[in-house]
Amino acid sequence: MSQARTQPQDDPAKVAAFEARIAAGESIEPKDWMPERYRRQLIRMMSQHAHSEIVGMLPEGNWITRAPSLRRKISLIAKVQDEAGHGLYIYCGTETLGVDRAELVQQLLDGTAKYSSIFNYPTLSWADMGVIGWFVDGAAIVNQTVLAKASYGPYARAMIRICKEENFHKRQGYEIVAVLANGTPAQKAMIQDAVNRWWWPSLMMFGPSDADSPNTAELIRWKVKRRTNDELRQRFVNLTVPQAAAVNLTLPDPELRYDADTENWHFGPIDWDEFNQVIRGNGPCNRERLEARRRAHDEGAWVREAASAYAAKQRAKQASEAA
Amino acid sequence: MTSPSVVPVPAPPPNDELELLLRLGDDRLVLGHRLSEWCGHAPILEEDIALANVALDLLGQATLFLRRAGEVEGKGRDEDALAYFREAVEFRNCLLVEQPNGDFGFTIARQFLFDVHAVVTLDALSRSTSAEIAALAAKSLKEAKYHVRHSGEWMLMLGDGTDESHRRVQRALDELWRFTPELFVADGVAARLAVQGIAPDLPALHAKWETIVRDVVGRATLTLPHESMHSPHLRGGRSGMHSEHLGHMLAELQIVARSHPGAKW
Amino acid sequence: MSDRPDATTPVGEQAAAIAPDGQWPVWEVFTQSAQGAPHEHAGSLHATDAEHALQNARDVYARRGEVISLWVVPSAAITASSPGDAGPFFDPGADKAYRHPQFYKVPRGVRGL
Repeated sequence: MSQARTQPQDDPAKVAAFEARIAAGESIEPKDWMPERYRRQLIRMMSQHAHSEIVGMLPEGNWITRAPSLRRKISLIAKVQDEAGHGLYIYCGTETLGVDRAELVQQLLDGTAKYSSIFNYPTLSWADMGVIGWFVDGAAIVNQTVLAKASYGPYARAMIRICKEENFHKRQGYEIVAVLANGTPAQKAMIQDAVNRWWWPSLMMFGPSDADSPNTAELIRWKVKRRTNDELRQRFVNLTVPQAAAVNLTLPDPELRYDADTENWHFGPIDWDEFNQVIRGNGPCNRERLEARRRAHDEGAWVREAASAYAAKQRAKQASEAA
Repeated sequence: MTSPSVVPVPAPPPNDELELLLRLGDDRLVLGHRLSEWCGHAPILEEDIALANVALDLLGQATLFLRRAGEVEGKGRDEDALAYFREAVEFRNCLLVEQPNGDFGFTIARQFLFDVHAVVTLDALSRSTSAEIAALAAKSLKEAKYHVRHSGEWMLMLGDGTDESHRRVQRALDELWRFTPELFVADGVAARLAVQGIAPDLPALHAKWETIVRDVVGRATLTLPHESMHSPHLRGGRSGMHSEHLGHMLAELQIVARSHPGAKW
Repeated sequence: MSDRPDATTPVGEQAAAIAPDGQWPVWEVFTQSAQGAPHEHAGSLHATDAEHALQNARDVYARRGEVISLWVVPSAAITASSPGDAGPFFDPGADKAYRHPQFYKVPRGVRGL
């Protein structure tokens, strides 16, 4: 989807009727009329979400072969596998908007599509598996719970299925965190280090602050988004601070304090320069992540072609037997 | 120190059931681990999920067989102690499963050869005179039947797909064929277990295995490698004579657990 | 492949022919969660033929064990009513109260109706 492409002018009467449906809480289905811009925004958001699931398999996949017990190994595989499944559900939902998965994947591989900045950070110790489940899946759940009420039916339905399946992700992460936090001194140090490294990138996952998020108003009016980035970020912080305290871990923010007036945990300024650098491709692992996806795609080409060729041969065989 | 004149204490009878459980468990642990290396790197999303399912089944089976092995051994070792704190020479898996993944065609050929073996042996083991082994085998058999459907279908798609896929999977089959006789070697352990009815007569299963393999290979328009491509000396996996690949795989598998002795995870 | 479906190839297989760009066709997956329950739409996936679609559906949509039966249908084989039809198709059914039991009056005290 090239942003430069001129947007066709939608019939204002149709737009008004569409917005009335949204306001009345109706859900929009694939064959319903929708403004071109709504369609494009959805494709952008949904494909970014799907790409994030797929790229998100890599940092955790990095530790599958080193998981320290069979139980942990099995849980981690199941979790990374779910991410593949969730990417698949969302790609399929996006395809209902008239775009092929192959086209979307190509946009990821050629670097024109975005995905969540968090997956461009490296996983350096086993403790990262705990913290990713706790922070990253925790943040994703905060996001996805509201997306399950999005106005586009296929997206909302994919989110409902995903939220249901992701229930175990955050718990498996927090279980790892709790065990390490109560473990040997080396394990405690390992988990505190992981918390220190992942906290700020996790807060950045919610995207730019509302002041710098030009699309938000329109997306909220169309109920593609239901809450602003800052609202969701605050909800995540409020949920996470007590969870950190429960296992005696420190969040790396000297400004963190409870504000009784707003009933929110106040947190310090986010380094948006870092965020922008990572989004622009200059994060610690951007190149490695895309390279891994490209390699899998390229090395899989002959397999996908073989399966297609086999099916075509079978069809031809059936046809000639029938003749 | 006892004096040489004293009659030596006879060695305890070999624990054949323990050996059997280790063989079953280690095959599945090693192959499940190998398959899990694909996670996030498969040719297409649907297949990423499918391979992970097979890996999860195999690691689940490994957990049960190794847990039981620990119980039979009676030295307080659980499945993790056996998986993470044995040396390569103590592993009892066959050589086939420890071979590195190669391309997708190699992984599928390795999987198919193993899956057929798993189905015929688990089917026989589900009638074992050992109730515990029969129960574990019956549970695993259901999963193995799906695995062979999955890998068998891919053998057809790759074998009868494009010229390139045919060439790749044929090469994989040729390469792997030398590891297959080991699957059916009746060493002392296997022979004694067969007499007791705890495990099947392995050489008798070889023909059954080959019939199924031959059928799929034929329908996949592939050629079954000639017997001369068997390597009779490649049969040491069950007694710890592995390829060099296993040590590297275990180094990765065991690194975290071994770096923190006594830690809980 | 001819334009006319022949009699022996299932319609589904015709609809699932590989697209010119080589992408595997899309299939819709329906799952049944319990004996006697209806099959419900679970989602979709890509596969080359019916058996492949069934296996992929098993791995993608039945991996949590809450499924006892699966249907796969090529998306292209589904004919759907269009939103424009909604009024003429469905509204007329809404005011046919005589199709509902509450429409009929029964003498007080009579049971089992």
